Amino acid sequence: MRIWIKNGRVIDPGRFEGVADILIENGQIAELIPEGEKNNSPKAAEYNQDRVINARNLLVVPGLIDMHVHLREPGQEYKETIETGTMAAAAGGFTAVCCMPNTQPANDCAQVTRFIAEKACKCGHAAVYPVGAMTMGLKGKLLAEYGDMKEAGAIAVSDDGHPVADSQVMRRALEYARGIGLPVISHCEEASLSCGVMNEGPVSTKMGLAGIPNAAESIMVMRDIALCALTKSSLHIAHVSTRESIDALRAAKKKGILVTAETAPHYFTITDESVFGYNTHAKMNPPLRNSQDLKAVRKGLADGTIDVIATDHAPHSVMEKQIEFDLAANGITGLETALPLGLALVSDGVLTLTALIEKMAVNPAKIIGLSRKITPGAPADLTIIDREEKFTYIATNGYSKSKNSPFDGWEFTGRAAYTISGGRITYERMNTVDG
Amino acid sequence: MMAWTKKDILDIESLRANEIELILETAVGMYEISERPVKKVPALRGKTIVLFFVEPSTRTRISFDIAAKRLSADCVSISASSSSIVKGETLMDTAKNLEAMNPDIIVVRHSSAGAPHFLARNLKACVINAGDGMHAHPTQALLDMLTVKRKFGRIRDVNISIIGDISHSRVARSDIAGFTKMGAVVTVCGPPTMIPVGIETLGALVAPNMDEAVSNADVVMMLRIQKERQKDMLFPSEREYAALYGLTAKRLRLLRPDAVIMHPGPMNRGVEIAPEVADGPQTVILDQVTNGVAVRMALFYLLSGGRHNADMD
Repeated sequence: MRIWIKNGRVIDPGRFEGVADILIENGQIAELIPEGEKNNSPKAAEYNQDRVINARNLLVVPGLIDMHVHLREPGQEYKETIETGTMAAAAGGFTAVCCMPNTQPANDCAQVTRFIAEKACKCGHAAVYPVGAMTMGLKGKLLAEYGDMKEAGAIAVSDDGHPVADSQVMRRALEYARGIGLPVISHCEEASLSCGVMNEGPVSTKMGLAGIPNAAESIMVMRDIALCALTKSSLHIAHVSTRESIDALRAAKKKGILVTAETAPHYFTITDESVFGYNTHAKMNPPLRNSQDLKAVRKGLADGTIDVIATDHAPHSVMEKQIEFDLAANGITGLETALPLGLALVSDGVLTLTALIEKMAVNPAKIIGLSRKITPGAPADLTIIDREEKFTYIATNGYSKSKNSPFDGWEFTGRAAYTISGGRITYERMNTVDG
Repeated sequence: MMAWTKKDILDIESLRANEIELILETAVGMYEISERPVKKVPALRGKTIVLFFVEPSTRTRISFDIAAKRLSADCVSISASSSSIVKGETLMDTAKNLEAMNPDIIVVRHSSAGAPHFLARNLKACVINAGDGMHAHPTQALLDMLTVKRKFGRIRDVNISIIGDISHSRVARSDIAGFTKMGAVVTVCGPPTMIPVGIETLGALVAPNMDEAVSNADVVMMLRIQKERQKDMLFPSEREYAALYGLTAKRLRLLRPDAVIMHPGPMNRGVEIAPEVADGPQTVILDQVTNGVAVRMALFYLLSGGRHNADMD
């Protein structure tokens, strides 16, 4: 398929910024033609395209990657499938996702990795990069076969959702992963301190809910940074939510330790006050923190301490959410709201557009060993964004099988107009009129 | 006289001061019924009240039951072990099934904070929270306020000291909310392991030690120490707890002569309260129990539109 994207405002961080046409052919970028050089491009004149996208007043950026999602397949297809999850990803502007291994069975061996990769090839609406389990059965005891899983398509290892308590296991995982050439993604949580259902503070005290202190996260962030320094392996800290974790990461980076980190849109948008009314759609792990943490997360994004924005898209059915708060499952959906929430950071002056694209496309690609650039020969993974479109997010109208979002009913400005993954248009807004 | 407009009694925070006053006034009018030889009035004849106790309780359930019967309501009781919850039915389904039988009031006790709010959002019946997790126990706070009001003639400016495991206590949370709303001064005291983060944002002061907490108090409220909390490392032993935070006979001498001692029950004699203190002249613990029936009668009466009916007469 040949696609001609006309007159878009292209942002390719560090390489190009300006109005240009992009030609796509055979799943690759064929040419980037800046405005004013069109007459010099013989290719554009003779280009026999199948599809023209009029991108005037739209942003064209490297394809967004969500490096932290739960697709629930195999095992919990009633919450989400690879098909519905990647459709939600495409609708949210994501061209690729990394799916966490806490499926049933856990993705702790090549067979499961291969099943996910093949299913994604067959019915996926985004590239799916499986994250293999760090330990067998996510139990934190024995290492999984990283080499085998990498061969089958795994791009990282993690025991996400099941923090590795044993420091020796964590050390060995980091060392072994370095030999295989995979990064380790760590869910930092000290389980013995973390026996609550929401953030510990005045709100939990008022509501009579057991609290999880910030230290439950930062203690483990500090441990893992120490192990990262010890092993010189590549470590990525998942869903950072506290100011103490961010301080620790900032200090580690200053020392040159090779650690990267992500946060999720909810941690820079809402606080534990969203739990009032026992709102189970504000229950996740790590929990929503207070306004000081929210500010620290924004500062960490702004100064580069936090490299990546990832959603931790965690679909759950009504059965797991429309129940008592302390029994409700942790997690919220995020694929369809992440880009609008990220764009709100740009409107708030926290990030430049370029920095946002780095955190949602370029940096995650770098961490999992891919590249994201708009140059001839590169894979045609592009997100085309309408910065102006105002819309109300209605969870029940979303593509995800689950509707557990705290942003249901929120008004947003800016969303994906087209998503192009591997040269294929995986999503386009219905009401967008092509030129 | 103001009209009652609330559908549910979920927590003290959602009640206005004048609503609390109305409840307490109405409760005072209920005493006389409980003292008659025939302790029954027809006010709630034909009304159905369901006592839905998902968490075990004896005292509170019986208090609600007696309150309902004295007003002639038909009262049925469901407990966790007899309900379909043990068969795996969700709270929502159980609630909808209850609703289908058209009760007028559902009294709920549940181990999960917020469960009564969840029911209130989804049911047409009035919901009374009889204790939800560590969150709230509004009828206990109301009966405590009634007890103080009857003892001192007022609530405003009375010094209330609440001693014990504030963190895990729904009674403490509701008492702090209620007494501060009515103008009393509330101080809490306990080992720091039992004082939750940000308690001062609820309006309570924190006393550094027990002697200080009791010496200025008009009311000393002792909370029950749950023995299983020893496992959670909130205190090393009952012996040391009794010595540092118990209301002992020696410490009783620090109390003002007109101060009273309260306890929501059931008591651990010898732990948070010495037996001779529990049985002494300053305790009003059994008054609290009597007042509990009156307060619950008042709530049933108000929620059933009793005030409205009375005005029509």
